[in-house]
Amino acid sequence: MTNNPPGGTPLIVSSSPHMRDDDSISRIMWTVVLSLLPAGIAAIFVFGYYTLFVIGLCCFTAIVTEIVVSLLKKQAAFAMIKDGSAIVTAVLLAYTLPPGAPWYIPVVGSFFAIAVVKHSFGGLGNNIWNPALAARAFLQVAYPVAVNSDWRFFSDPGAANVLKNIARIGENGSLIDAVTRATPLAKETGAELYNFSQLLIGSVPGCIGETSAIALLAGGLYLMYKKCIKWYVPVTYLSTVFVLSIFLPPRTVTPWANNPFYHLFAGGLFLGAFFMATDMVTTPLTKKGMIIFSVGAGLLTILIRFYSGYPEGVCYSILIMNTATPLIDRFTKPRLYGSKSKK
Amino acid sequence: MYALMKSKFNTFIGGIHPKEDGKILTSEIKEICAPIPKKVSLFMNQHIGAPAIPIVKKGDHVKVGQLIGEAHGFISSNVHASVSGKVVDVLPYPHPVTGIKSQAVVIENSGEEEWAETTNVVQNIENVTPEEIKQRVFSAGIVGLGGATFPTHVKLAPPKDKSIDTIVMNGAECEPYLTCDHYVMRNNANEVLEGLRLVMKCIGCKKAHIGIEANKQDVYHIFKNSLAEDHSIKIGLLEVKYPQGAEHQLIKALLNREFKPTQLPMEVGVVVINVATALAIYNAVKFNRPLIERVVTITGNGVNKPQNMLVRIGTPVRDLLEIAEPSDDINKIIFGGPMMGIAQGNIDAAVTVKGTGGILVLKNQPQYNSHACIRCGRCVSSCPYGLNPSELSIIGESKDISLALENHVLECKECGCCSYICPAKRPIVHHIKFTKTLIAKQKAKK
Repeated sequence: MTNNPPGGTPLIVSSSPHMRDDDSISRIMWTVVLSLLPAGIAAIFVFGYYTLFVIGLCCFTAIVTEIVVSLLKKQAAFAMIKDGSAIVTAVLLAYTLPPGAPWYIPVVGSFFAIAVVKHSFGGLGNNIWNPALAARAFLQVAYPVAVNSDWRFFSDPGAANVLKNIARIGENGSLIDAVTRATPLAKETGAELYNFSQLLIGSVPGCIGETSAIALLAGGLYLMYKKCIKWYVPVTYLSTVFVLSIFLPPRTVTPWANNPFYHLFAGGLFLGAFFMATDMVTTPLTKKGMIIFSVGAGLLTILIRFYSGYPEGVCYSILIMNTATPLIDRFTKPRLYGSKSKK
Repeated sequence: MYALMKSKFNTFIGGIHPKEDGKILTSEIKEICAPIPKKVSLFMNQHIGAPAIPIVKKGDHVKVGQLIGEAHGFISSNVHASVSGKVVDVLPYPHPVTGIKSQAVVIENSGEEEWAETTNVVQNIENVTPEEIKQRVFSAGIVGLGGATFPTHVKLAPPKDKSIDTIVMNGAECEPYLTCDHYVMRNNANEVLEGLRLVMKCIGCKKAHIGIEANKQDVYHIFKNSLAEDHSIKIGLLEVKYPQGAEHQLIKALLNREFKPTQLPMEVGVVVINVATALAIYNAVKFNRPLIERVVTITGNGVNKPQNMLVRIGTPVRDLLEIAEPSDDINKIIFGGPMMGIAQGNIDAAVTVKGTGGILVLKNQPQYNSHACIRCGRCVSSCPYGLNPSELSIIGESKDISLALENHVLECKECGCCSYICPAKRPIVHHIKFTKTLIAKQKAKK
């Protein structure tokens, strides 16, 4: 339905409104990528340049997978990649991997996240679970050794040294450098605590992007400033964990078990609270729903940390709450204007 | 800035702050009276309700202000000739708002500007009775000039079981770009207030509130001065937020009363009158002048001389564009504001109707590609009616009428906040309008 005005440009006939906000999906997604940079830089300082290789491999696989999927779906590949969601997924996935993950871990994980978790449900907007976390959970089942116990902690950021180590691991499959457990949370009873400056900066063992609380906080605050995430999601999540970790009795008593700050800064809680629990697609729509989601995720995190055999609970708690999101949405519909009671 | 305003002025929950205001284009510019058009096309359905019945035929000679369409039924309105001359045709013509061909009377101006005898008679409005006010408003064919074009005489005759205690005059003008109400309030403040008093008298109501958005401080002070002695009329400054001027949001902000989107303001004892309507009521009661002209804002980045004009109803848009000097590459013409206006497909066929408060001429307008919903929830928090627009839009795509009704699609007022804010650029309002059309069709079948 077009017609020629004096100049000859056809008139656009579209439904109101004729003015749209400047924000778009790609702008949101690239803002998230930007906000993830500090944590990535911190990871390079803490764990060495090999982390860059892991992150890069995740992104590369994600883009290749997107191109293949777009060909299968007969959609424009460039537009699909341009929206940035694949890169967000890839970087988030890389951040949940061990710093010395062998090459096939990021490749398989990234492929699984994009092709299975995201596109087999209909693509961006239709996935039920956070793709990065679901892929991480998949890797945990598929490669338990590589993801759970085969961790190296590179306190020396010298690139050459790190790469040398990697090469030597590749040769005989054994570990050379300082070996620690997956996360500070997994330290045995009686082991000494990492001090808080270490936990804030991130020079502790852990996944690539989860250790530096300061870098993650900086990214999270930037996202709040850019109105990409709601402040109450991380705040509720973190405070739930904080309060519960003080009052719940742990199964195994460790020196840090009831230290709330340790629970906040060690492990993947900051990454989960600022970047995973705030994912738009897989979390509830309303403020009330988001708060229920965050409280639930916090509760599950502590339950898993305290009472399961697994030291870290952020990944599964968010995945479980993702599953509950449609239910939460159903019970937290906003009040209809003019109606007295809630429906 | 907004944080400060929030604490200062009354408002409602939800809504948006549009990125462009656009009012500065026209708010300071003096009105230029548009030349009397050579030819006008007057639709018989200039209003909500039953179309008027044309009482002239091809070849008849009509005078300015002469009745040419008679109201048919209670919710209907009279239509008058806006120029004097010969009726050249009575034919179905594409309606600029509904898009459907509707009966219209086309009059060719003879240039004599001969007014009908009954009009322009100065009358005493001191001792006018409510019945007389109602009668004159009805014969003048006055409809709500805020855009909804609800026949005003119906508003003035609320059912007996509804007691009206407050009249709200709507000077919020929350649509970006439009300044026609601002113009009317600034230049005709006393007439507007007289019109409001006539409405109060007609309904028998002792209280009135005027709602003005905080970006129109000048008229706030004008009203404040004129009302120094009159304590029955209060003025409320409102936060600059869209859709502050919608009936529900206006009443909520001024009086803190809520009613369902499907109900009329009379449910909470309120009648809402737009400022331009109040002026028309004054002219009708005082001078017996029918509604044949109104102030229209011609604006947008596609015209070089944006301005407010006093325009005869039925004027071709082409005439108005010539005065406003359009640029060559305009690609969108909208009747109304950017949030709720109707895009025109044919520049030559478009003529103004009573509800046309603005003509927005734009260039460099993009066509948005929509994406699947990413569930950001912005539409839900911006919806002033507590709906879930994202869900309604997805339901609209799947054409599931019963599910749409379950999700209260009929309570949507199509204010457009959801589509505006959507980062996936989903045409949510389009989907909702489409669903409503499907529902109407289904109803008609039964």
